[in-house]
Amino acid sequence: MSIVTVQLGQCGNQVGQELFDVICEDGQKEVYQGGSGTERFFHHNTTGELTARAVLIDMEPKVINHSMSKAAKSGKWRYGETSHFSQKQGSGNNWANGYCVHGPRHREAMEDVVRREVERCDRLAGVVTMMSVAGGTGSGVGTYVTQCLREAYPHSFILNHLTWPYSTGEVIVQNYNSVLTLSHLYGLSDAVLVHENDAVHAVCARLLNIKHISFGDVNGVIAHQLAGILQPALTPDSYGVYSRNPLGELVSSLVCHPEYKLLSVCSIPQVASSSMAYSVFSWPGLLKHLRQMLISNARMEEGIDWQVRAPPVQCGGAESARSFRATGFNRSLANLLILRGKEVFSAEADGLQEAALYTSWLPSREAFSVWKSPVSFNKYERSATLVSNSQTLLEPLDNMVRKAWNMFASRAYIHQYTKFGISEEDFLDSFTSLEQVISSYTQLG
Amino acid sequence: MTQSIVVQVGQCGNQVGCRFWDLALREHAHVNKEGVYDEALGSFFRNVDSRSSGAGTCDIGGRIHRLKARAVLVDMEEGVVNQIVQGPLRDVFDTTQLLTDVSGSGNNWAVGHMTYGSAYGEQIVEKVRRAAEHCDCLQCFFLIHSMGGGTGSGLGTRVLGLLKDEFPGVCRIVTSVYPSEEDDVVTSPYNSVLAMRELTEHADCVLPVENQSLVDILTKIRLMSGPRIKTDSSLASGGPGGRTEKPFDSMNNIIANLLLNITSSARFEGCLNMDLNEISMNLVPFPRLHYLVPSLTPLYSLADCHIPPRRLDQMFSDAFSKDHQLMRTDPRRSLYLACALMGRGNLQLSDLRRNIHRLCSVPPVGHAHSLLALSNNTCVKGSFVALRGRYTRLYRKKEDGMEVGLFSQAAESLSSLIEEYDGLDRTSSSSSPSLDAPRLKMAA
Repeated sequence: MSIVTVQLGQCGNQVGQELFDVICEDGQKEVYQGGSGTERFFHHNTTGELTARAVLIDMEPKVINHSMSKAAKSGKWRYGETSHFSQKQGSGNNWANGYCVHGPRHREAMEDVVRREVERCDRLAGVVTMMSVAGGTGSGVGTYVTQCLREAYPHSFILNHLTWPYSTGEVIVQNYNSVLTLSHLYGLSDAVLVHENDAVHAVCARLLNIKHISFGDVNGVIAHQLAGILQPALTPDSYGVYSRNPLGELVSSLVCHPEYKLLSVCSIPQVASSSMAYSVFSWPGLLKHLRQMLISNARMEEGIDWQVRAPPVQCGGAESARSFRATGFNRSLANLLILRGKEVFSAEADGLQEAALYTSWLPSREAFSVWKSPVSFNKYERSATLVSNSQTLLEPLDNMVRKAWNMFASRAYIHQYTKFGISEEDFLDSFTSLEQVISSYTQLG
Repeated sequence: MTQSIVVQVGQCGNQVGCRFWDLALREHAHVNKEGVYDEALGSFFRNVDSRSSGAGTCDIGGRIHRLKARAVLVDMEEGVVNQIVQGPLRDVFDTTQLLTDVSGSGNNWAVGHMTYGSAYGEQIVEKVRRAAEHCDCLQCFFLIHSMGGGTGSGLGTRVLGLLKDEFPGVCRIVTSVYPSEEDDVVTSPYNSVLAMRELTEHADCVLPVENQSLVDILTKIRLMSGPRIKTDSSLASGGPGGRTEKPFDSMNNIIANLLLNITSSARFEGCLNMDLNEISMNLVPFPRLHYLVPSLTPLYSLADCHIPPRRLDQMFSDAFSKDHQLMRTDPRRSLYLACALMGRGNLQLSDLRRNIHRLCSVPPVGHAHSLLALSNNTCVKGSFVALRGRYTRLYRKKEDGMEVGLFSQAAESLSSLIEEYDGLDRTSSSSSPSLDAPRLKMAA
């Protein structure tokens, strides 16, 4: 089964290109038996070249051209000649411009490009959209395209990969754009997978020791973590055959309730290539760190708070919400652990299956799943990726909504949105639905 | 790739515009060594092959034949425009792009706005439309004019209104040169206040530049660099006729550099690309408050490239200091509504991030080694209040007869603008900024 990726806006097109690079690189060195990773993300064009099953959409041509030529230059894979759609003038950081103007105006053309790519698949496993929430094109057009995809492919899985902006200093209206995007996607998407620029930037600075961090470095880390999820793996139900339906299994193991669909990712280990030679990793060590990262809400293996303990199981709903604030404990709804590398079948992940980590209304056996693959991933002999549906994103989400709400209270910048047809009521609806999400995650008991 | 059209009105507008075209050509000549007409050039220039039939415009990627500026030059005197078409830039402009009269507006806003506006309005729109037809995707108008005189102020703001009517979807960025306090034109406060109303109502963004602050900056540069100012560097250019430098040239250079920096990210590639329509999107929270105070660093190297480049972080501090503002105000003592930093050259994402944290949450858009800050700051209020003071002093004497209604409307418009800035200042001083608005509550 194949996955079609839709890259939207500047961020989506840059991250997407990095992702295909990692997948292509990883798929070449060892073939996954039965469920080749290359077949999942690539097809062969008429001249036999590896071509990404991807659609590139942006409202200005610069980034798309850049990504396409970068792919072609790699010599290993390329984007399809006609699988892109671009215009001349960007959306100007305005979600309303993307969603109300650019989206509807180019609907047919964009749907056509996606349909062509979908028809090339023997069987469609689902669609992954990649975009940022801060700008205008990725967020606005991206939301619109997701809506169209939902209509056109009502039975396919749609996974939205979102890049959340730095908490300060990218675009002033980023919080408005984020609120509008998230609230709309929440009703359309099967799962929303989030990478925060702040967290990824910290990984680049402290784990990878990069002095002058560029967008390329940040995107590289995101691509590594994403590929860790999307590359083939053996699931408990696949009986020794590589799973053919990665998106479906991801969604069914992590998103058990429509109110909770925000997923965060962390990977271990992540080290600079210069210190690889001096590092030895064992499964118990990696998993012990990963467990503490999860419960103490740390985004990387440096600076973990080892004092945080899971509270006793019998805690009631309201009480445990309070104890989350007190102890810094991060409660999960569901977790998916993906292990790749040597001796993977000997790894014991029982620590992550403790009932204390999860809500009282979902048995931890159901809430926790493990995928495994004996093929080592990227440059690491052993590596683990944890996708989690937990309270991790509560704090950044809350900050985002708070900042947007403060701006909304003085009606700053609203005229820029009403100009294109997004009214104050639309804003209020979006705020309401996100407050609902925040409240649900807060009360996770 | 999008294109922009520059409309320069009046003596000051044309002189500044002329410097801008000169610098833009130098910059492209510096980057574009192969003589290929690329997209960067296409944003402000047309490539015309005179040998082919008619005025055929050549496509992107071909060789440069003859570059024509995407500009419309308007003046009600002949002097300045004639100088331009006889000077070294004569090949850049067509006679069809020019519009002149002989008698001038006599420093009277009404003559420029009403008399000439009605007489020439259609012709000007026609010329702009012709320029627009040569564009693939027209994104922005840059209007350059002064506030004190008659033509730039009166006819310039009339043109602004016409552009809004004829091209409603195209962004209008106005560069306005404000007269200094001791201006030799007696009627300059009238002209400025009357023009302000038009700017407040019809522009998307206004970049106000005060004559006096340009003078201050130049005085400082002279002190810094001593007697050995070199004007023939790649950044500063000589007079329009290639003759000795005229007094306004170095001042105009600063404004031209400001325009060059704003448009740089639209013309060249960068790791964080900025679109011109993002300026008004991000910097204008309330539709009438669209006056963005510009500041440029490093300023000193504009006049003399031999002063060693300043330290990178110093550049960021400078951008917020009083000495580098192109208005005579101190933004750090007032309320920032929004601010953008646009860097050029060899500047990394992490440099920007480090400085943002240092300067505390001031959002940037952009990437490098010169920095332009545009701040939407309530400090512009000070200049407007001073202007209103001069205006009322003059108005009490009632020197010349004109429709009284227009005067009072203009004064009212200015007062309400000042009132809006006042209101924002009050909110910042009365309530502590960390106080959050009460959030929506969800029932459990």
